[in-house]
Amino acid sequence: MNWGSTADFFAMGGYGFYVWGSYLVTAACIAGEVLFLRARRGDALRQVRAEKGRNETAA
Amino acid sequence: MTNGVIHWFRFASPQSFYPLAGRMLPWFAVLAALLAAAGLWIAFFVAPTDAQQGESYRIIFIHVPASWMSMFLYVVMAGWAGFGLAFNTRLSSMMAHAIAPTGALFAFLSLWTGALWGRPTWGAYWVWDARLTSELVLFFLYLGYMALHAAIDDPRRGDRASAVLALVGVINVPIIYFSVQWWNTLHQGASVSITRAPSMAATMFAGMLVMALAFWMYSIAATLGRARAIMLEREAHMQWTQDLKEAAR
Repeated sequence: MNWGSTADFFAMGGYGFYVWGSYLVTAACIAGEVLFLRARRGDALRQVRAEKGRNETAA
Repeated sequence: MTNGVIHWFRFASPQSFYPLAGRMLPWFAVLAALLAAAGLWIAFFVAPTDAQQGESYRIIFIHVPASWMSMFLYVVMAGWAGFGLAFNTRLSSMMAHAIAPTGALFAFLSLWTGALWGRPTWGAYWVWDARLTSELVLFFLYLGYMALHAAIDDPRRGDRASAVLALVGVINVPIIYFSVQWWNTLHQGASVSITRAPSMAATMFAGMLVMALAFWMYSIAATLGRARAIMLEREAHMQWTQDLKEAAR
């Protein structure tokens, strides 16, 4: 085990800003992409439904 | 599907690939989450402190895998784009566009984590070094590919124009990879080589590989998810999308 305490873990031997700055931004980017993909799927399905409605009224 | 032979070309149309991608996606997502959990455990609790760099080296566990992914995804993207250009298959171009944002994300993360690692190690967030500059060019190639496609109204014409850009840009990938050998750079040489034993502790190496696998699985899941959305967007007027049960209202 590398860390004596929780505070030690967050301090990262004085490099906390650099290490956590890397990991947190990576996590945020991935979470953001997942949310964005979900929204895009919702929009795409709405688009399909709109086209479908147009076809049904035309028929 | 007779005689147990899988007819792969059956999946070359969006109509048949859409449900297959939907079935595969959750598996890759779960694998990505499990591998990331294992990789982070190794990165923070198993891998020892580096003798020279202290704890700052722990950035390697995302920096190196993100950089690998950014280069690898570019080659796969250009491959799909080129395939679409040559054979005019609509699914190939959709796959190329599905990869681009995820590739751009990894190129950005490679630059971002590199900057945060460069500051404590070299004393600067950024230097115009061959490795850093060529990775920045890769990031701009992804952005240019997406912008060019978005700027052309007809998606099929956009596919062809952006495919040419993607294929020309492939030349940058070996430049990034070999930049540390061809030029005298501040960036360190390759961490992993096929011909040498890894130049680091076994646990550090294992952590890096597990994180790389996690990013792989994530990239596949994200690409499949985006490809599914693109298929719906581009083929919203077609019968098969309108017949999907998720399109019912």
